[in-house]
Parts: sequence; C-alpha cells; structure tokens
Amino acid sequence: MTDAFIYDAARTPRGKGRPDGSLHEVTSLALSARLLNAVKERNNLEGHAVEDVIWGNVTQVKEQGGCLARSAVLASDLDERIPGLSINRFCASGMEAVNLAANQIRGGAGSAYIAGGVEMMGRVAMGSDGAAIAVDPSLAMKSYFVPQGISADIIATEYGFDRDQADALALESQRRAAQAWQEGRFDKSIVPVIDQNGLTILDRDEYMRPGTTIDDLAKLKPAFKEMGEMMPGFDKVAMLKYPHLSAIDHIHHAGNSSGIVDGAAAVLIGNEEFGKAHGLKPRARIRATAKIGTDPTIMLTGPVPVTEKILRDSGMSIGDIDLFEVNEAFASVVLRFMQAFQVDPAKVNVNGGAIAMGHPLGATGAIIIGTLLDELERQDKNVGLATLCIASGMGAATIIERV
Amino acid sequence: MTDFTMKKGADGAAIITWDVQGKSMNVLSMEGANTLSDLIDDALADDAVKGIVITSGKKDFAAGMDLNVIAGMREAGGAQGVFDGVMGLHHLLRKIELAGMDRKTKKGGKPIATALPGTALGIGLELPLATHRIFAADNAKAKIGLPEIMVGIFPGAGGTTRLARKLGAMAAAPFLLEGKLSDPKKAKAAGLIDEVSEDPLAAAREWVLAASDADIIKPWDAKGYKMPGGEPFHPAGFMTFVGASAMIHGKTMGVYPAAKALLSAVYEGAMVPFDQALKIEARWFTNVLMNPSSSAMIRSLFINKEALEKGANRPEAPDQTVRKVGILGAGMMGAGIAYVSAMAGIEVVLIDAAQASADKGKAYSEGLLDKAISRKKSTEEKKAEVLGRITATTDYDALKGCDLIVEAVFEDPSVKAEVTKKAEAVIPEDAIFATNTSTLPISDLARASSRPEQFIGIHFFSPVDKMLLVEIIKGRETGPRAVAKALDFVRQIRKTPIVVNDERFFYANRCIIPYINEGIRMVGEGVNPTLIENAAKMMGMPLGPLQLVDETSIDLGVKIAKATRAAMGDAYPDGAVDEVIFAMADAGRMGRKANAGFYDYDEKGKRQGLWAELDARYPQSDDQPELTEVQHRLMFAQTLEAVRALESGVLEDIREGDVGAILGWGFAPWSGGPFGWLDMLGAARAVDICDGLTERHGDRFKAPALLREMAEKGESFYGRFGSKAQAA
Repeated sequence: MTDAFIYDAARTPRGKGRPDGSLHEVTSLALSARLLNAVKERNNLEGHAVEDVIWGNVTQVKEQGGCLARSAVLASDLDERIPGLSINRFCASGMEAVNLAANQIRGGAGSAYIAGGVEMMGRVAMGSDGAAIAVDPSLAMKSYFVPQGISADIIATEYGFDRDQADALALESQRRAAQAWQEGRFDKSIVPVIDQNGLTILDRDEYMRPGTTIDDLAKLKPAFKEMGEMMPGFDKVAMLKYPHLSAIDHIHHAGNSSGIVDGAAAVLIGNEEFGKAHGLKPRARIRATAKIGTDPTIMLTGPVPVTEKILRDSGMSIGDIDLFEVNEAFASVVLRFMQAFQVDPAKVNVNGGAIAMGHPLGATGAIIIGTLLDELERQDKNVGLATLCIASGMGAATIIERV
Repeated sequence: MTDFTMKKGADGAAIITWDVQGKSMNVLSMEGANTLSDLIDDALADDAVKGIVITSGKKDFAAGMDLNVIAGMREAGGAQGVFDGVMGLHHLLRKIELAGMDRKTKKGGKPIATALPGTALGIGLELPLATHRIFAADNAKAKIGLPEIMVGIFPGAGGTTRLARKLGAMAAAPFLLEGKLSDPKKAKAAGLIDEVSEDPLAAAREWVLAASDADIIKPWDAKGYKMPGGEPFHPAGFMTFVGASAMIHGKTMGVYPAAKALLSAVYEGAMVPFDQALKIEARWFTNVLMNPSSSAMIRSLFINKEALEKGANRPEAPDQTVRKVGILGAGMMGAGIAYVSAMAGIEVVLIDAAQASADKGKAYSEGLLDKAISRKKSTEEKKAEVLGRITATTDYDALKGCDLIVEAVFEDPSVKAEVTKKAEAVIPEDAIFATNTSTLPISDLARASSRPEQFIGIHFFSPVDKMLLVEIIKGRETGPRAVAKALDFVRQIRKTPIVVNDERFFYANRCIIPYINEGIRMVGEGVNPTLIENAAKMMGMPLGPLQLVDETSIDLGVKIAKATRAAMGDAYPDGAVDEVIFAMADAGRMGRKANAGFYDYDEKGKRQGLWAELDARYPQSDDQPELTEVQHRLMFAQTLEAVRALESGVLEDIREGDVGAILGWGFAPWSGGPFGWLDMLGAARAVDICDGLTERHGDRFKAPALLREMAEKGESFYGRFGSKAQAA
C-alpha cells in the first residue's frame, strides 16, 4: 500500500465567535480561500497539483452551504481543475477530511490532497442547519437525545469526575496554551489572517484567558443544569437510558467547555512521488485512521473505543504512543480518556486545547493533527495519536508517525 | 331515525342536528358519519342553501367517537381497515372545511359553523374544528377538549393537525398531550373555539348567512400560512420541538406509544401542506390503534371501567340508593368517606368516641371545601349545604334511620366487634353494615354481626377523595342485597367498584405488598436502589416500591409482616424483606410521615434523594442486575399475585383485576392491567420468565398452574375469561 505523508499543516488563529470577534468581519469563503492560498504558496502548488480539496464544515447553510469547498477553491488561487468536497462528521470533520485524503492516497486515488476545514461559528450559528436527531420525535426518543453539554455531564457522573477535576483541567489548558504561545510553539502552523490589501486582521488565538484562576472558574454557573433539571428536563431522558443514576452532576460551564470561535485549518497530504515532484520533505506518515459509532446519549465517549479500535487495527498498544491530542470539547471527555488508558496527563494536549483556544467545529480535527505534529517535532518524539468525540455518538482518530 | 337530520330554513340556513337516538350523549359511528356526509353534499349542492350550522339535539354536543367502533375497525380490517376508515373521516371533515369552494380562488364556498350547547369532546371538537366558526353556549358545566390521550390514543380525526396549526405546537400541547378540558370561556380564551353566546344556534345561523368568502378560508388554506410559534426548523420552533420530545419522553417514561405518535404526527405534519399532514396523522393514528397498548388501555380505562361503574357485576336486587350513611370512626378514612358521601348528597352521621375527634373529622370536609372555594371550584353556599349534611357526634342513637353503616375504626377485631354491636342495636333491621378494613378478614369480622348476610367489606383507598377505586369484599355469608347496596353506594359517590371475595389482603393489597417486598428484598441483596426505583417507573408504575412504602409507612409494613408471619408460621417466605424493614424501623426511618424512610425529606416534607446511609447499610454489589431482570421481578411479584387471586376465586372477573389494579395502585396503565400485561407478553413467554426467576430468586415466582395451563394451550386471559367482557 502507498504511504500517505503530511507535507504541511497550517491554520489560522482562532477568533472569538462573537459579533465583536476579530474574524467576525471575515466570510467563511474568504477565510478558506486565504488559507488555501497560503498552503499553495508555502508549497508551490502550481497547476493541477492536488487531486481535491476536502473541506470539513459542520453547519453547511448560508455562506457555509452550497459546497463551500468548491467555492473556496474557486475563490482561491488554486487551479480550477481542483474540485472541492465539503464533508460533515460534526466535530471530527477536519480530521475526517485528512483521513479520507490519506486513505485515498493509500488506495492509489490521487497523489495529493489539501484536507482541512473551517467553521465561522460567530457568523453561522451552530445548529442552524437543523438536526433530525434533536427535533424529530421518532429518533429523538429512540436515541434518548440530549444536548452535548448534558452528555458531558453524564460522563462526569458515570465515571466519577467532579467539578474540581474539570476546573483543574481547564486551568491547565489555559496555562499550557499561554506557554505555547509565549514560546512560539505554534509558529510553524499559524497563518495570520489578512485582508484583501494584505493588512493583518488577526495573528494569534484571541479566545484564551491566560490570567484565569481556579477561583474565577469556581464562580461560573453550571451551563446545563437548568435544561437538565427544569425545562425541558433532559436529565429525565438521561436517567431513562441510565436508570442506575439517581441524578446528573452538572459540572460543566463556559470555563471548562470548548470555546465558540472562528477558524480554519489545512493539511497537505501526498504520496512519496508528490513530495519528490514538488521538492517537499515529508514530515510524518499517516499510520492509521479510524472512526466508530457509540452510544448516542452519553454521546461523547467516542475517543475511548475509537482509540481501542485504531490500536487494534494497526497492531499497536497505548504504550507505543508518545503524545496525544484529545479534543477538549468538554473537560470530562479528556478526563475519561486519561482514566480509560491511564496515560500521563503530561502527554495529553501538551499545548492546551479547545477549552483555552476554542473549537471551530469543522476545522478542529485538522488543527489538532497539525499541533500534534509540531509538538512531536519539538520534543523529537515519533508517534502521536489525535482523537475527537463527535455528536450523535461517534469517535474518530488518527495516528501519525514522524519520518 | 338517523343520527343526523337537516332542516333547511327559508332564510337559506340549513341546520344539521346531531341526535343519536337511545343515548344520552352523541357519539359518532361510521353510519352517522356517512349520514352527515350525505347531508353536507345535499346542502352544498342546493342553491337555496346559503350556509350550514351543525348542532346537537341534546344538552351536550358530543362525547366523542364510539370507541367500540374504533376497536371494531381494527378487528375487522387491520391496519388497512383503520387507515381507510380514518381517511374516510378526514375526507368528510375536509369536505366541510373546504365547503365547496374553488380550490384555486378559494371562492364560492358555503359558510359552515357549529353551535355547541354543552360538552364537546374528542370528535365532538374535531368536527367543529373543521367548520369555519365555533359557537358555544355560555354553559360553565360544559367541557370542551380532546381527551383521547387519556385512554391511550390521540385525536385522529384531524384534531391533532388542526389544533397544532391553529395554536402552534407549544400552545396546543396541553390540549393534545395532556387532554386538558376547558369550559367554553376558557376554551375561547385559548383559541379552541370562537364565540361564547347565550344562543349559539342563533348566533351561528346569523354568522353563516353573513360570512364572506374570506371568512371561511382556514389559515392553513390561505397563502403564506406560517405555524404559530414556528415550524420545526424555524429557530423558535426548533427549540419547542427539541424540548417537546424530551419532556414527553421524561413524562411518559417512554411507555406510552400514543404521546410519541402524536408528537411525530405534529412534527412531520408541520413541514408539509395540510392534506399531506392529514395523511401523516392518519398513519400515526393507525399505528397507535394497532399497538396492543392502546387497545388494552381503551379496554380497561374506558370500556370496562364504564361497565363496572354501570353495575356489570351487580346482583339482581331492587334499587339500594343510600339516603343516610353512618360512619363509625372519624379518623383519616372515616373523615374522607364522610366527605365523599356528603358531596354525593347523602346524609352523614359521623361518629367517634370523643366529640373533638368527630368534629375534627367533619372539619376535614370543611378544609377540602375551603380549598375548593379558593380555587373557584366551589362556593360558600355549596359548602354550607355539604357541611349541613354531616352530623358529627358521639351518640350512637344518631344512627337511627341509617340504611348503610361504614365502619372505619382502628384495625383491631375487638374494637370493630364492639362498634358493630353498638351500631346494630340502633340501626334498622334491613340496614347494611360495611367495614372499611384493609387487612382483617370480613368473614371473621362478620361474626360480631347478628346479620352476617347484611355484612360486607367496602375498602376505600387513601386519600378517599382522590382515589377512584373502591374494593367491595364479600364475606362467606354476605348476601346479594349487601353487594347491590355497596355497588349503588359506590355509584352514588362516583367511584369505580370491584367486587372480590374474602381472602388475606383481598385483591389490591394482596398484589401491592409483594411489589413493595420485592423492592425491599432487592435493597437487602445489594441492588442499586436507584435502579430499583427507576426500573419500576420505567414500567409505568407511578411510584417505585421504596417510595411507595415510604408513603404507606414502614411501621405499617412491619405490622403487616408480623401479622402475616404469625398467620403463616414456618411457611412465611419474606424473612429477607423483614430484615431490611425491621432495621429501617429500628433506625426510626418510618417513611414520609416521619420525614425519614428509604428517602430523605426536607423539613417541609419534600422528598429528596434516597437515604444516603442505604449504601453503607446495604452495599451495592459489583454485579448489578440488568434492568429487565429488576423489572421482571417487580412486575411478576404483582401479576402472579393477581393470577393467584383469579385462581383461588378472590377475583371473579379479570376486568375487575385489571381496572382495579390501574385505579387502585396505578399498575402500569399503558398495559391495561396485570392480565392485559400478561396477555401482551403471552402466557408461554410469561411462564418462561417465571421459570428463570424461580431458579434465580425462589419459589415465589413459580408460575401458577392456571398460567402454565394457558401457556400449554396457547390461551390468553381475555381469550379465556373475556366472555364476560364481551357481554358488556
């Protein structure tokens, strides 16, 4: 089988996904196109250099609708013979784009792809594309649908994580992210967002709150308590699914959950010949990819079974992994991952994560692959695993190995 | 005589009157619907007719669909038969709604209004909703609404689709999902009807003659219709629908198919044009009617409940209407019985040993009436009238002239014997003496009576004013007139009776006690108490066994256990249960009344979580049972007892077993009762489960011979014992 290599990984800084966020003035089309241009320039991708652009994006309506991938290619300086594919696997869309690209290359379909994604959460509201699972009674009841925040709280209740543990993880995410920026650990990947005149709009992650203290976090109100216990009472639905639980412990709040932000990321993946033809040096091999479906109610436990699956499929063990990126959708997701595999917290999300820097849904999967690769190189380690929990009960993972 | 007749007036108004002969209330049959359809065709085709009013020849408009007809539709034609029947109704109502108008220009239709003299329920409101304007009489006693959900179905003649489009999903929810009924003024305020008027027929007549083309276009047939509150993918509507699923799911514990189906009909219907929405509604309605739960619910909660209330098992005897009742003992039960009797217009003598106690018993009625007045459900006059019927006294002479005695003194045979003798010395020779015991054998108590054939058990449930069931117990010598008297009394106080024979704990308690015991036994075994409670609720039990024993009190449990143990000797099977409840009693955890039981309670008596110390006392085992195992234990503990009661003749009619279980202790109403549940499961499967439970948990789960025999013969309870039900 052909190997798929990562040649480049780039991302925009993440802007606050709010009307006063720095990227709020930028369209998802423009942000996508400028990042594609940066990848083109960084790697000399003239002409029909890549097979396709696979673009992860969750809320595919309005400016993110109509196959944004193709629109972004046309708006960029890429050759028009490169088509464009928008995909949606919720929070793992960016990772799924990379995995799809890698597996096509491994299967011989094309020599190179740009894979990544975008989400302008401040411009196109999460959930505004609708969702049958939430709203269609026939499925909402069959699948015991609850919103993700409730699921995160169920994980905490079921696996015994309390508010203090969740807040401590959040604080550490802030500390690590601040340190990473201070030491320039993201420099390789960050592509500042510029306007049509070349003027800089944003050049660093602006969602972070480096000065956060544990007391600040302690003051925050649980975000999902009311919808759980009062209206419309999702806890009751959860307890129908898990009748051994007497109550749901609502530990999550804005400070220990991922941030709503705008951002984009792209990874250039190709086979060996592609690198030679373009004079590019491979940075890592995509060693394995995996996805899995899991219980949709607790919903966010996917990283555990998908990691078990990817290790089993590739004949590896958890000890073979040097560093981990586990998307910080909610603190309990990461706590559960570390509990299940008994991994050293120092190896997990070394440079902070989505709690500190934000989680632009369609892009995050590609962002954390890039962050993982940068950190493997910085520490001169070899093998890294990135994984995300996914809405509706799914998980995705990628293992990369430096070459 | 047909159900509908039409008179065309010289003014151009055709009045269609609904008046089903031989019934006090109009109900819609298929024949009736066909007649109505023909009359509408006639009126629409007749150029002399300018407008149509549909009204009733009775004091009320209609009680709904004839549920027997719905049951027949299913049995005759299966799913296709139901669907075709329902679509036929849709076509009729749609014909009324479009009223002959040109479908493109929406012009040329004839105004059609409804005039409701009184109550309009079910199809009795669905039909008016299809007309262009609804006028109701200013009749505070009239009830308007769609109560279908209460018997396990939902409004399936367009009521769901029309009301959701008229009011929006959120505003329609209480009427569709909770079956909320309103008087005409409230119905108008809510938008269910359009006008409340002194003379609704005259007002409707005037309206149809004056209405314009625009007046008769329904919002959903007009261009640019938007669902109030937003359709499902409108931002506001989205939140409503997401919340609705969660709320319904939590509230119904997932066991009532009708609520789910209704919500799906509203959701799917909201996204398509009206005629498509009606088809969607019909498909879900068919789905619910084909669900065994809905037929079981209709059977028990409607058909059989009504049959029992009408005296299905009343022996031949002259009218036994109670005029004056003597109640011995003015405690909680006696006071409650006094209240419901006085409310029914019966003269009451309420006797206790001390005047203060008797007065306190009467004050209970006063308290309930004051509460009703504050809620505008009663008036000072009514209160004075009701209290005027109750004489609180210590004097047994006041019992003179009583035709019924209900004894509700302390559960002690000697105390009961004494008051029986004292009362019988005073009351007329032909008076009936009833005891409200819940635990003592009637035949034993009857020994104190000089007229045992006039001695009977009438077992009320607490709180008397709320609980719908009354269990009538025949002692060995109880005669038919005593049974008829008890039944006539129960009918007067508007409760539902079951008549059973005299064996330990009669019927209801006989089944409830093993349910509670099984829950407690599992606590002792180390089963997670939360799992026990939730498992019960997820089977549709209103209270888990631990909450239930907290309500009835632990000391009562201890008392019953001691008495049962004394009576049974070595055969007593519940030692494991006693270990737990005796320990609870020793720890002072007597239940809700002590603000401490299996649950914790706050100082106001509000239930909190399970008692934290339970975990330490009964450590949860690492190997927790599956949910279904817990559920089977809790359900079979009750249902096998019901089967044994049938086997031993305590129960003579399975309808009473089912209706009594639902009304008496809230047995999983979705199942139609213990026998309905076993029929759904099938006897063979039930025996299989029993065999497994017996092996794992002991002989109390041994399948009774009757059940085993039915499994072998492939019989069902309603197949084998349902002939009585058929006759109703």
